Amino acid sequence: MASRSVYPPNRILVLGATSAIAMAVMRQLVTPAAHFFLVARSKEKLTAVAQDLLVRGALRVDMIVADLDDTQAHSQMLSVATSQLGAVDLALLAHGVLGDQAAAERDYFIAEQILGTNLLSAVSLLTWLANYCVSQGQGTLAVISSVAGDRGRKSNYVYGASKAGLNAFLSGLRNRCDRSGVQVLTIKPGFVATPMTAHVAKNRLFATPERVARGILSAVRKRKDVVYVPWFWRPIMSIIKVVPEPIFKGRDL
Amino acid sequence: MPVKTTSPAPPAFESWGRYPKHRADIVPLYWTSDFPLHAPSSSAMLPVGMGRSYGDSCLLDGGTLLDARGLDRFIAFDSATGLLRAEAGVTLAEILDFAVPRGWFLPVTPGTKFVTVGGAIANDIHGKNHHVAGTFGCHVPRFELVRSNGQKYECTATQNQSLYEATIGGLGLTGLITWAEVQLRPIVSRKIKYEGIKFVGIDEFVALSRAAQHLEYTVAWIDCVSTGKNFARGIFMQGDHSEQPEDLKPSGKPKLTLPVDLPAFLMNKASIGAFNALYYAKQYSKRKNALVDFEPFFYPLDSVHHWNRAYGKQGLLQFQCVLPWEPDFQQGIIQVLKAITASGLASFLAVIKVFGDVRSPGMMSFPAPGITLALDFPVRGERSFDLTEKLGNITAEFGGKMYPAKDARMAPRHFQQFYPQWQEFARYIDPAFSSAFWQRVTALG
Repeated sequence: MASRSVYPPNRILVLGATSAIAMAVMRQLVTPAAHFFLVARSKEKLTAVAQDLLVRGALRVDMIVADLDDTQAHSQMLSVATSQLGAVDLALLAHGVLGDQAAAERDYFIAEQILGTNLLSAVSLLTWLANYCVSQGQGTLAVISSVAGDRGRKSNYVYGASKAGLNAFLSGLRNRCDRSGVQVLTIKPGFVATPMTAHVAKNRLFATPERVARGILSAVRKRKDVVYVPWFWRPIMSIIKVVPEPIFKGRDL
Repeated sequence: MPVKTTSPAPPAFESWGRYPKHRADIVPLYWTSDFPLHAPSSSAMLPVGMGRSYGDSCLLDGGTLLDARGLDRFIAFDSATGLLRAEAGVTLAEILDFAVPRGWFLPVTPGTKFVTVGGAIANDIHGKNHHVAGTFGCHVPRFELVRSNGQKYECTATQNQSLYEATIGGLGLTGLITWAEVQLRPIVSRKIKYEGIKFVGIDEFVALSRAAQHLEYTVAWIDCVSTGKNFARGIFMQGDHSEQPEDLKPSGKPKLTLPVDLPAFLMNKASIGAFNALYYAKQYSKRKNALVDFEPFFYPLDSVHHWNRAYGKQGLLQFQCVLPWEPDFQQGIIQVLKAITASGLASFLAVIKVFGDVRSPGMMSFPAPGITLALDFPVRGERSFDLTEKLGNITAEFGGKMYPAKDARMAPRHFQQFYPQWQEFARYIDPAFSSAFWQRVTALG
């Protein structure tokens, strides 16, 4: 089926709308026709984001305060969101936690929380949204994963596992949706200077959320499947992926 | 055996002059609700923005810098009146990107657009229209201040008036500004009707300034290297917003970055003398008229990111004073220029302007009626410090004052003479806040 999607998207659903990458993407999508529906946990922060988009010239901004860990509430929340929007041109899944790796090594329930937020809630949202988009015959599901999902490292393998699971899920979902006009985009950012990494010392590999957002939107426009942002993470990760395990396991990574 | 030492990494946060170097922790703020900090810091705190002040007013040795750049959202805009409410970390560049295509412009702009709204208020910055518009603070009718005890104050000229006046020009010491309202001014074109006029001597400069009083923007570049018949030569630049309506396109992004520190010796008397001669000669005729875009008119240096690296790792010192008309501004300016020429420490970009008498609400605001002179020179140890000391003495002798945002060397006795209200101001300082500048200029002696 030929693609019916138009760029820029006008009806935009953003889950985890107060994340730095999501905010940068949304600012770049503001047009007089842009209608946003925002979901995040903090009403105060959502209001700040919504005001910013309206001042910048968005047509309309709606929002729901919700904790996306609560998968029971997803279906009702998504029904409200899609009926407000009328249709979905772009759904961006931007929520996630880095988690505390050291704590997760001591306590399984911490690991479970990381997997719950990064993987299970995304699976729940995407199951609903994929069915919705397939039935409308169009739409882009853009999901923020991470280069950390390409190979587990001791410094963040629980986070990495959640993203690796997400990558496999998205690859299968893409395979399923391919003939229905729905784009499934796996976004793999490297290091991004955001509140999530505020405590990490910055080096040259860190990118701004604005740069990452430009990479994401270029991939949406070109209907790509998987995008590394910035681009240089693709060659870096392709090397990291082929290092033989006997060598890899001895490194401090 | 001698102990091998490696040179420590540069501090994470530098001021634009890159002198002095102080180490501090940085806490990034992303939401207005992030402050006060949940785990209060035991060290003193100071809000910072783009770090474009030159000296140590945005530094705090061993303290905690509250990086407000993440407070970068617009809150409200009235397209009928041009009143913009924005979080304090929004930069003037971001305001221009937003406002110019909608037919609005900054009420006051400094020589760089890479400063935050919070920084513009805290330093009560001025621009080429000071003689008609006053300072930035004159166009900020309202802002919110959060103190380290969690108390929030909405400040205007009548509501929490003392905090309003102390915070405008208050060097970030009175608390964290979370958002502010800025009254923009309408434009119909990006263009500035520009006229450049060559002059020689302070008399001619003052005459040109008086003749241009009705124009919105005036400033002059002055050559601080030449002596003899070329002493105090310069180019007087005046302009007004064009009234010919045209397409209000957004600005392009700067493309050049100075990627590395240049060796300090490149900034010497010969190279700067040559630059000044070329700059003066660039304009061939006595008068030159042009219709120019506002970007090169206001922000010629913004087109090269990190131009401060041209001064090498040691950094640069800025000096800016204002001398009142009385007792003898002319003698004062001449003495300042002669001190610089005699020191052999050339100044690359010296700027001179007549300030007007529009009063700022700011208690500690720098501008005052008279002539202001701003210049920079490389840090060359004692030689540079002797010069700044000398310039401070001349400023004090002629009843002037120096600009904290551009200072790294002002003597405490000079500061306390220039700003006799400093002790009254100190009553409004947040008890958890301080800065390297404040610690220096209020030290005993």
